Amino acid sequence: MTDRHSNNPPGEDNTNTHTNTPDANPGSILHPLPADSAGLPSERTGGPPVRSVPWDNTAGTTTSGGRQAGLWGDAWRQLRRSPVFWIATSIIFLFGLMAIVPGLFTDADPHFCSLERSVESPSREHPFGYDIQGCDYYARVIYGARVSMTAGVLVATVASLFATIFGALAGYYSGLLDTIIARLTDVWFGIPTVLGAIVVLSTVGNRGILEVSLVLAALGWTTMLRLMRSAVLAEKNADYVRAAQALGAPHRRVIVRHILPNSISPLIVYATIFVGISITTEATLSFLGVGLQLPSISWGLMISTAQNRILQRPHLLIYPGICLSLVVLSFIMLGDILRDALDPKLR
Amino acid sequence: MGRYIARRLFQLIPVFFGATFLIFAMVYAIPGDPIQALAGDRQISPSTVQALREKYNLNDPLPIQYAKYMGNLFQGDLGESLRGRDVTEIIRQKFPVSLRLALLAFAFEAIIGMAAGLLAAIFHRSFLDMLVLVSTTAVISIPVFVLGFMTQLILGVELDLLPIAGIQDGWRSYILPASVLAAVSLAYIARLLRTSLIENLRADYVRTARAKGLPQGRVIGRHALRNSLIPVVTYLAVDLGGLMGGAIVTEGIFNLPGIGNEIFRAVQNQDGNIVVGIVTALIIIFLLMSLIADLLYAWLDPRIRYD
Repeated sequence: MTDRHSNNPPGEDNTNTHTNTPDANPGSILHPLPADSAGLPSERTGGPPVRSVPWDNTAGTTTSGGRQAGLWGDAWRQLRRSPVFWIATSIIFLFGLMAIVPGLFTDADPHFCSLERSVESPSREHPFGYDIQGCDYYARVIYGARVSMTAGVLVATVASLFATIFGALAGYYSGLLDTIIARLTDVWFGIPTVLGAIVVLSTVGNRGILEVSLVLAALGWTTMLRLMRSAVLAEKNADYVRAAQALGAPHRRVIVRHILPNSISPLIVYATIFVGISITTEATLSFLGVGLQLPSISWGLMISTAQNRILQRPHLLIYPGICLSLVVLSFIMLGDILRDALDPKLR
Repeated sequence: MGRYIARRLFQLIPVFFGATFLIFAMVYAIPGDPIQALAGDRQISPSTVQALREKYNLNDPLPIQYAKYMGNLFQGDLGESLRGRDVTEIIRQKFPVSLRLALLAFAFEAIIGMAAGLLAAIFHRSFLDMLVLVSTTAVISIPVFVLGFMTQLILGVELDLLPIAGIQDGWRSYILPASVLAAVSLAYIARLLRTSLIENLRADYVRTARAKGLPQGRVIGRHALRNSLIPVVTYLAVDLGGLMGGAIVTEGIFNLPGIGNEIFRAVQNQDGNIVVGIVTALIIIFLLMSLIADLLYAWLDPRIRYD
């Protein structure tokens, strides 16, 4: 991985301000998920940093109106023009709204069921039909958005907060602290998320959305910590950091005000994709029977309850399945497009 | 190479103990009664509880519990189900089916995934490239269990092409589950290979190879492809854990009598002992396989050894 240096034509790269850091590794940001895995051995080889990004170093001290030429300003200008960005954010917004106020989308009560209508096919008044218990499937699909969105956002937030703090500390201080954090990360990385979650959750008696999310966050932070650590490592010897240190800025200020803004974008990209991954994981666990339990309404659980009737009544699979895939797809597309916008090398 | 292997083996030891301790701690040391939780909603008699507490040494202090647990693990004792079936025996019985499924899935991934990535990179920015990008994004977004039921519905029931459950039809009955299991990794491999090949095809050494007058096939096959395979191999190793999780889902859906199916049934029957025992074994296999992948990686890229 470390050897896959970018080959930007000279001149295209003139905004790059990196100094003594080796050439940035485009792979890590090109493909957050697999590239991290590739970043694993690269760390051992003392691999080069993830990237170096031009940044308006005066941001925060002097922003004298006018055109802001920072990384985020540039990124926003590029995002604004991208139809994929608008499609993804609208879908996410729609499902977010569904999660917060499901009443906007349906009057039906998802918990009102009558067995007479069990697995009735879709009709005009009830577009998604009925489930095995005879509940209105459309209402249940709508109410199911809450679990998926909460799980995804909660897992990604908790895990990325943890990863930011400890990744930044490990990258900035190196030495013993770095070694300890890196070894612990190796240990956690040895446990595959789904398998680990099955083991842990099958010993948790009452599983709600909070329990499931916390277990997933506890198992899923490793990739983000490694991204953060190598990004901080790439920045910490840059001239502007040296300058801030020479001016007497305390370590905390150097990290928070100078290094983090310049090194957080790979993490943000991956966290966005991780929301999608976590939604899939929650649904998979609920499908397997170690995630949420009835009477919770979750898309994975709905498909799980219906699994013996799916071949006769495809509507039981199709509607929650489509919603699930659509939400996950939106987060993955958003992550992809963010990565393209935030990585100046790709421009 | 010898020193590299020795060092990697040495590094594996703390990871191995750490990971098993973590699982142990999360299962047996968290607040609440693990025995009752493992049994699910089932009522169990106080004498059974007492016997199980003895069996899992839950009356000992935590470090001793862990030492005994590891001792059992090293002797191949992964515990037994609530009905008294030995977990190690279950794994031995069910292993062949899972292995066949995994091998077929792996073949799909390697052949189709790499072919797609290769074509997309060679015909960069063509219609084919777009097709690969769009279809892989779509596949990555669909959860495995949704994909499984969808293929069952469309290819199995509507078109009636292939068997959808059991293993009565020999190799034919593995085709659908293996392609479902392979789908996500296949998509990732195609994308990874595409990205890294596009990058490498622009590299100086490829330009040199072309300037020497080497034919296109040789430039790509011998020069660019080998370097581009490095991230793919790394991904494959890390992905193995995901593949095991996927196998639980696919074997459950397609009713293949393998290890994954056993876990799937055990979860639904709330037999926590089987779940914990088998999954712990899988995690240990995963750790060993990632070691092998690391060695493979060093072989592919000699520079890794000399750090």
